[in-house]
Amino acid sequence: MIPAAFDYVRAGSAEEAIALLGEHGDEAKLLAGGHSLLPMMKLRLAVPSVLVDIGRVSDLSYITDGGDHIAVGALTRHRALETSDLLAAECPLLGHVAGEVGDPQVRHRGTIGGSLAHSDPASDLPAAVLALGGTLVAQGPNGSREIAAGDFFTGYFESALADDEMLTEIRVPKAPGAGWNYQKFNRRAQDWAIVGAAAVTVNGGTNVALVNMGSVPLRASAVEAALAGGASAADAAEQAAEGTDAPTDLNATPDYRNHLARVLTRRALEAAGVS
Amino acid sequence: MLGPEADETGEVIVEISVTVNGETRTGDVEPRTLLVYWLRDDLRLTGTNIGCDTSSCGACTVHVNGESVKSCTMLAVQADGEDILTIEGLAPSEDELHPMQEAFRQNHGLQCGYCTPGMVMAAVSLLEENPDPSERDVRLGLEGNLCRCTGYHNIVKSVLACAAGETAA
Repeated sequence: MIPAAFDYVRAGSAEEAIALLGEHGDEAKLLAGGHSLLPMMKLRLAVPSVLVDIGRVSDLSYITDGGDHIAVGALTRHRALETSDLLAAECPLLGHVAGEVGDPQVRHRGTIGGSLAHSDPASDLPAAVLALGGTLVAQGPNGSREIAAGDFFTGYFESALADDEMLTEIRVPKAPGAGWNYQKFNRRAQDWAIVGAAAVTVNGGTNVALVNMGSVPLRASAVEAALAGGASAADAAEQAAEGTDAPTDLNATPDYRNHLARVLTRRALEAAGVS
Repeated sequence: MLGPEADETGEVIVEISVTVNGETRTGDVEPRTLLVYWLRDDLRLTGTNIGCDTSSCGACTVHVNGESVKSCTMLAVQADGEDILTIEGLAPSEDELHPMQEAFRQNHGLQCGYCTPGMVMAAVSLLEENPDPSERDVRLGLEGNLCRCTGYHNIVKSVLACAAGETAA
């Protein structure tokens, strides 16, 4: 399959990319690693008339120590996250989850910014950043703004980014020594999660985020509240499907997904050391 | 900034220059041309196969700057200026196989052969990142490549044999 024809423009910097987005409006799409966008373009699920290639904006590929957080450039590839010693020491959940995306070939090309901006509720990294309570930095024509991960995912494949904004950095709080775990359930290697659950202990509390349990990645608020109220991991996990809206597809019914959410949440909590 | 230029038919064409198997190759491509089609149809490097065309099967795996990539999920224009290695460029000479190719031959790591170019390219990339993998590492490392013949056992055996230096360099 070959995508529908489009115009191709290569941006040399974030500023140039943002100017091009401003020029072309919602007809344009940013192209980073292309591993979410190109498959959708082949299927005609996305038909942008202009692609702005930001794959060479190399100053947005970094993983650095920001003091109380780790700052990750939006164009950092999954493979770099997966093999980062800094993330392994300070925020191991993020590096681990990056290593669960797709397969090695996909991880060599896919970028964290691309994955988050794509806002696929079945993707691994959005839920990881949500569980971590991360902050996303969006740059637009009038400068940058910070968006909490909890406010970023606004709908099915929709984010809080304006048409002329570009995601430039992802910040995740440092949590060395925190308990963490990610459970990804699928039937075939390299597939998206049928359901996934990420758990991480932060500041004395526990955050849980769910993959593919609604139109956006979700925090399992009922589980978090139950844990905060003193419930055991096993009892709290029973509430994992509360407030979710699990989709139906060829892999699973909502009932089956609700069951998976409960089981995977319990496993993630227990593996994260929450008893 | 590189902008599109329309030719006389109004079609947008981009000129690319790519190092392919050590040689500089240039081409005029439509932006929507996938790397695998440019390699196969324009350069006639047909060793890289198209299997699923949905970034699942790995038959189209090539190296981009030394790393395995599915060439059905990359535009040729994205390869502009990059260093591509295909299965044709892997062996050191006309009459000598790469150690990974030799390992596949010796261990019967293929049957029909369709997945083999991609499997070999993925395996070489895997060993560059992890020169001493366990069997589990190999199985996980090749999760992006499907084989419908072998049941994978002899492929895994081939990669482990290559890692152990059991095939001539």
